[in-house]
Amino acid sequence: MSTENGVIYRISGPVVTATGIAPRMYEVVRVGNEGLMGEVIELHGEQSVIQVYEETSGIEPGEPVIRTGQTLSVQLGPGLLTQIYDGIQRPLPKLEETMGVFITRGVDADGLDLTKEWEFVPTVKVGDELSAGHVIGTVQETETIEHRVMVPPGKEGVVKTIESGSFNITQTVCKLEDGSEIAMMQEWPVRHPRPFVQKYAPDVPLMTGQRILDFLFPLAKGGTAGIPGPFGSGKTVTQQQLAKWSDAQIVVYIGCGERGNEMTEVLDEFPHLIDPNTNKPLMNRTVMIANTSNMPVAAREASVYTGVTIAEYFRDMGYNVALMADSTSRWAEAMREISSRLEEMPGEEGYPAYLSSRLAEFYERAGRVETLSGEDGSVSVIGAVSPPGGDISEPVSQGTLRIVKVFWGLDAGLARQRHFPAINWLSSYSLYPQALDQWYRDNIATDFPEVRTEISTLLQIEAELQEIVQLVGSDALPIDQQLTLEVARMIREFFLQQNAFHDVDTYSDLKLQYDMAKAILNFQEEGKKAIAGGAQLEDVVNVPARTDLMRGRFEEGYDGRIEGLVAEMSKQIAASMEEN
Amino acid sequence: MSGKEYRTITDVKGPLVFLNKTEPVSYNEIVQLRLSDGSIKNGQVLDTSDDQVIVQVFEGTASVDRQTGVKFLGDVFKLPVSKGLIGRILDGAGRPRDGGPEIVADDMADIIGAAINPYSRQSPESFIQTGISAIDACTSLVRGQKLPIFSASGLPHNDIALQIARQAKLVGSDDDFVVVFCAMGITAEEYNFFVHDLERTGALENAALFVNLADDPAVERLITPRLALTAAEYLAFEHDYHVLVIYTDMTNYCESLRQIGAAREEVPGRRGYPGYMYTDLAMLYERAGLVKGKKGSITQFPILTMPGDDITHPIPDLSGYITEGQIVISRELHQKGIYPPINVLPSLSRLMNAGIGPGKTREDHKSVSDQLYAAYAQGKELRGLVAIVGEDALNERDLQLLKFADIFEDKFLRQSRDEDRSIDEGTLDLAWNLLSNIDTKFLVRLDQKWIDKYHPGEKKGEEE
Repeated sequence: MSTENGVIYRISGPVVTATGIAPRMYEVVRVGNEGLMGEVIELHGEQSVIQVYEETSGIEPGEPVIRTGQTLSVQLGPGLLTQIYDGIQRPLPKLEETMGVFITRGVDADGLDLTKEWEFVPTVKVGDELSAGHVIGTVQETETIEHRVMVPPGKEGVVKTIESGSFNITQTVCKLEDGSEIAMMQEWPVRHPRPFVQKYAPDVPLMTGQRILDFLFPLAKGGTAGIPGPFGSGKTVTQQQLAKWSDAQIVVYIGCGERGNEMTEVLDEFPHLIDPNTNKPLMNRTVMIANTSNMPVAAREASVYTGVTIAEYFRDMGYNVALMADSTSRWAEAMREISSRLEEMPGEEGYPAYLSSRLAEFYERAGRVETLSGEDGSVSVIGAVSPPGGDISEPVSQGTLRIVKVFWGLDAGLARQRHFPAINWLSSYSLYPQALDQWYRDNIATDFPEVRTEISTLLQIEAELQEIVQLVGSDALPIDQQLTLEVARMIREFFLQQNAFHDVDTYSDLKLQYDMAKAILNFQEEGKKAIAGGAQLEDVVNVPARTDLMRGRFEEGYDGRIEGLVAEMSKQIAASMEEN
Repeated sequence: MSGKEYRTITDVKGPLVFLNKTEPVSYNEIVQLRLSDGSIKNGQVLDTSDDQVIVQVFEGTASVDRQTGVKFLGDVFKLPVSKGLIGRILDGAGRPRDGGPEIVADDMADIIGAAINPYSRQSPESFIQTGISAIDACTSLVRGQKLPIFSASGLPHNDIALQIARQAKLVGSDDDFVVVFCAMGITAEEYNFFVHDLERTGALENAALFVNLADDPAVERLITPRLALTAAEYLAFEHDYHVLVIYTDMTNYCESLRQIGAAREEVPGRRGYPGYMYTDLAMLYERAGLVKGKKGSITQFPILTMPGDDITHPIPDLSGYITEGQIVISRELHQKGIYPPINVLPSLSRLMNAGIGPGKTREDHKSVSDQLYAAYAQGKELRGLVAIVGEDALNERDLQLLKFADIFEDKFLRQSRDEDRSIDEGTLDLAWNLLSNIDTKFLVRLDQKWIDKYHPGEKKGEEE
């Protein structure tokens, strides 16, 4: 290993220039007397430019810089789940132990507990031929998740010995004939995607329990989605809802340059929330990365890569992983800040010219794949974008929209009306429905795609009618169009609005979503009949059973009662016709 | 570090001094400049290398020449802190401004401040009653929150900030707030207004003031809020105080930031503000909160004036992405003569849900707040429609909502400058009274059980 010593020549914020060493690009170096962690990001003649992951106040030119020969890597193995890390995989609880509540610097911490022993259960035997990615044994990491220990990429051979029992993650559990040893922990450089055999087309939906998302703008397992929106439009709440309720087996949540209190909220809440799929705390399947806005900017840049590498690792075990990045704009700003310190020629709005290629590389690490061991695993990536002033013509939004297949457009106007989730149903889109329709027909209802189309058509018609209403008032419309407006209002208020803070309304499974959509169409149909038979619109709209149907969604056991409520509504609407 | 004085200034540009130097100087180190007339200026190292050091001079570079002596003090900027800060008025660089003695330091605190470990934070969830209905009902404030006031020139943001400072209290608790007030580039007149009001109400004895006025050096504004927050952290986390930090005006702070960026010939971001402004602002705003194992808290009320009333301007925009909501002051309401002219629609408190509800405010709070918003938003939208088609074209529901928007502004938002409304009778009951102007069947955001319990016309079980 090359360990040369150099010295600091210049310091400008998080960027330090060193002379006297000849490191490789992206090599990790130790900077200054305190040995702060940094990464080489530019070579310039005699000088190496380093981004430092910790605060640089008080560092002087002339202090040492030492090569490590390593690139920025994460430790992968049992112990990742339930953990909360900073951007360079230092466990935050560990940092609290060593430096108290304020994050000071110069403290190293392993990403994983190297001493903790885990019960290793082998799944291979002596003489088996192994290749990279092959599962050699399992560890029950949390109540719900079985950690599959794999042969690290690059190793293969015939099993010479295999252990069983309690081991820490650095101890050898398997020896190969060629003498190489395998422990439960492996390391992987974060800037390199982990290998797989092939990518599949995504044809299974990622269920989130959020009606507007699952029903109108679904994301596939292994797909990519972008959520741009101005501040206060509910990006973070939406991201958190996805982290809570999506039916991925593993969730990696990256709080990238966001608020400290928000991360605390997640930390407080997740251990108490129950995963509707396993009935165990959500924390059991979650890895969190928190590099808040006031933590060092270079570590913010790295946090996204740290997160996606951990996600890929669980994917390689054959799990479906959902990765949330909140917010990719802060990540892009970290790149901008460092780029400007490097005095690089800026692209649009001061962002570096490589912004869009970095975004593309990141989202490209999503996908449903055949893993090296032949399993089926996926990483779905959901990136929040925080466009300045809510204007999505800016570079980060545009760079994101060119790549992602699902666009959930948050709308400040809806947020102001307290219509949550404030996702605009007219501007949002998903390119996955075609690929997913067969799944819906097979698993939910044969007419699912048709019902969805009817609902979205009604919303489209409403938008057109609203333009007329703006000019002439709703009373001037013919009665059937007035009914359409009422139906659309029902879609908005009853179906699309969903209260993330309400115990029951926060999650609807897909079957219930379908039933609710059908209930709306049923109202439309019965309403039409009644009006044709001479009923007043007012009477049709105001039947008490409809109010019961709509308010009912806040009560436990709604999925069992909805059918009865719909029948009652139909009866009352029919009765309103007879009154006239 | 040596007390050597260098006379190696090569360039002076705006607030920056460039010098060749001989010995290593550390990043962010503080610097003293001795001018030929003997006067002293202070600065801080912004960039350091073997060949050149760039120093930002807080007091501006007037009269600096090549003969000026530059001394590196071997330490980063620190504030002497002690409980004695309470009741004192300091200038923008932390020196006494009230004619009193120097602060006797119990400790010297680094003003940059370290980031709080997100894992060590405690969730803010104690409701602060401000006595202002618009805030308490719709954008409820909690202890440990950072909630800026987005205002614009000519609007009464200072009155609102002061009213909050006067009235803020935790329901059912006697703990008082200590106010740390930080002025950045405000006029002497505004400053006097604040001081007089704090004096009048006796709050001055419970406050620490850091003051940089409009005619004080602009670059100094970059450290003033850091001093204030350092004092706040010390009082909150070493002495268990609940600290309310009011700083005004963030727009002036950002202007100074831009000035430094321009002088360093940095690549500018939007509207000439530096690309790192988000991170820089976060280093201030994120110093709010509560930490595990400490009793004290820091709640922040930054005030910023939106240039051209534009909420998408980089200053309010970046602030809004960091702070936990915002209170937006509306010129339209102000011109209608409504005080406080808080436009609740774009206003928001992100921590509200953690701070309200049974045991904290009242069980119906969330529903009532949602309903107020929805009804007011729709009513306001209808005003636009009425202007085109007239009221005759509206149906019954729309008419009621239209009327409600007026009532809401007149009865709910409007209150006097010293009216301190309690959350339950003063604010929520008032809201129910006003909502009863709308037919119950249109109040779709309200749970039936709250209607049964609180609606003045529908109350069950409590009729005589």
